[in-house]
Amino acid sequence: MRGAGTRPGGLGPGLAGQAGPPRGPRPPGGLLVLARAIRSLWGDGRARLGMLTILAFVLVAALAPVLAPYSPTNASFADSLGPSARHLLGTTGTGQDVLSQVLYGSRISLLVAMCAGTFATLIAVTVGLLAGYLRGVVEEVLGFATNVMLVIPGLPLMIVLATYVPGRGISVIILVIVLTGWAWGARVLRSQTASLRSRDFVLAAQLSGDRTWRIVFHEILPNMTSLVAASFFAAATAGVLAEAGLEFLGLGNPSTVSWGTMLYWAQNTSALLTGQWIQVFAPGLCIGLLAASLALVNFGVDSLSNPRLRER
Amino acid sequence: MRYALRRIVLFLLTLWAAVTINFLIPRLMPGSPAEAAVGKFAGRGPVSTSQVRAIEIMLGVPKGSLWSQYQAYLVNMAHFRFGISYTFFPQSVSSLIAQALPWTLGLVGIMTIVAFSVGTLLGVLVAWRRGRMTDTVGTVGFTLMSAFPYFWTALLLLFVCGFVLNWFPINGGYSAGQTPNLSVGFIGSAADHSVLPAITIVISSLGGWLLGMRNNMINTLAEDFIVFAEANGIRSRTIALRYAARNAILPNLTAFGMALGMVVGGSVLVEVVFGYPGVGSLLYTAVVNEDYPLMQALFLFITVSVLVANFVVDLFYGVLDPRVRT
Repeated sequence: MRGAGTRPGGLGPGLAGQAGPPRGPRPPGGLLVLARAIRSLWGDGRARLGMLTILAFVLVAALAPVLAPYSPTNASFADSLGPSARHLLGTTGTGQDVLSQVLYGSRISLLVAMCAGTFATLIAVTVGLLAGYLRGVVEEVLGFATNVMLVIPGLPLMIVLATYVPGRGISVIILVIVLTGWAWGARVLRSQTASLRSRDFVLAAQLSGDRTWRIVFHEILPNMTSLVAASFFAAATAGVLAEAGLEFLGLGNPSTVSWGTMLYWAQNTSALLTGQWIQVFAPGLCIGLLAASLALVNFGVDSLSNPRLRER
Repeated sequence: MRYALRRIVLFLLTLWAAVTINFLIPRLMPGSPAEAAVGKFAGRGPVSTSQVRAIEIMLGVPKGSLWSQYQAYLVNMAHFRFGISYTFFPQSVSSLIAQALPWTLGLVGIMTIVAFSVGTLLGVLVAWRRGRMTDTVGTVGFTLMSAFPYFWTALLLLFVCGFVLNWFPINGGYSAGQTPNLSVGFIGSAADHSVLPAITIVISSLGGWLLGMRNNMINTLAEDFIVFAEANGIRSRTIALRYAARNAILPNLTAFGMALGMVVGGSVLVEVVFGYPGVGSLLYTAVVNEDYPLMQALFLFITVSVLVANFVVDLFYGVLDPRVRT
């Protein structure tokens, strides 16, 4: 019955624990299952590459004060310097060290990936499971809302919302990303729930008088942990890219140091036209690598939930 | 027929929901966007009362019940009465959108079809060569390519091909001094200016179609009818294209709807980078100047365009796959 706990290679409640409610005492402990999940993901070459890259970014973010040669906000250097021994990636148009900014910038992107992934997945799990399990009006309304959110183009919606909200900051950006980014996961989880709701173990739980929330979140949810993990990584990837786009447009707080605001300043000080291409290249490369490594991990998760995709 | 009818009803419902969300957003936000917008016009010159009214109806007025506001809003949207733009005073919002829309529809529309076709074909190829070099290089390479933000790819192309190598113009949709018309010279100039934005959109969106198609193909290739075809000794290229790909493309078409919004969002940023005279650049200008009437109308237009494209794909799907029609 408890697929995630017993199925070898299944992504355990450890990962789902970010999204689901606290579970009963019977499945193996969260840490144990998380370790098992990582071990089976490790077997997939692409996922391994992705996890190593993410780990590298996490280390950079944690050790930024040690690694960075200067403070990222120190603007006392000469403007628009080229790469040199003192400034490996040069300086910005307003006289900050580019390398230090790139290193510190990883903190914001990882924060956005974690928060956007977690909260969007929470909404996706709630909406998706309820829409898939319940029948009647709730199912129709939630399903319709999911489809509407899916077809409305995300970035224009985020731009409009972020423009109206007073104040500029990373929390506003995360909020906007979460509000617009849950629908994909909800749709996938909903169709899987709908196919599970007529299974025998659900019937058994219903007959033994379990309440709806218990059936949905304790009986059905553990069978879909890999899908929950997939929607977490998809939302995190989309979040990293959306944050960069919004900040590039100037909808973030331009005084925070992040990869998106670096690109915003590079664009506004015409860094490309003065030949300062590193200022554009470096932060964009980091955004792409982080997004790609999240997507690569998702490959591994995908092939866990769909054995046909596994390498022959 | 029942399939088409169902799709039409669903399309109308979704359209209604999108129009209503557009109505609710400015009204749910703190402050009064309508007052702010109308207030900004004071320094710009005389604004007719009917224009002020149109803006108030779109962005929310303190007076009147929500229901009566909603009725007036629906009437105004149906007549394309969006008020006037603050940034491009005294031009009306609808005339600005009418100028920008053909540029975006041409660029994003054509390039989406190109990227979808090429990506789907490449997806068939890598799925068929699964587990070999082509597949590994293809999937990892295209995952990387689609992970980079659209606007970053755009900036790099602009720098290398426009600025350093001087192959293509670096800004705008046509040469300065020209006026939009249908002459050969103008169309040539417009095409020249579209090359880099077009390449950006194809590069950035290709990977998504490819990976989707690859997964569908792999699922289809495991079906019994493929094994049967193989046992019959049919050539593998025939199996891949005529047996497997035809079935695998259907889920990719469904994914088209979800992915289209991403492409449209990405191309907004691409237009900003290249100063392309389309809807995306206009939206950016509106956002920077807090030109709420223009911004709100653009959001509605972009959303409705995506909905219509989705609807067309849905109908097309019904033609391609007889199973969904019953």
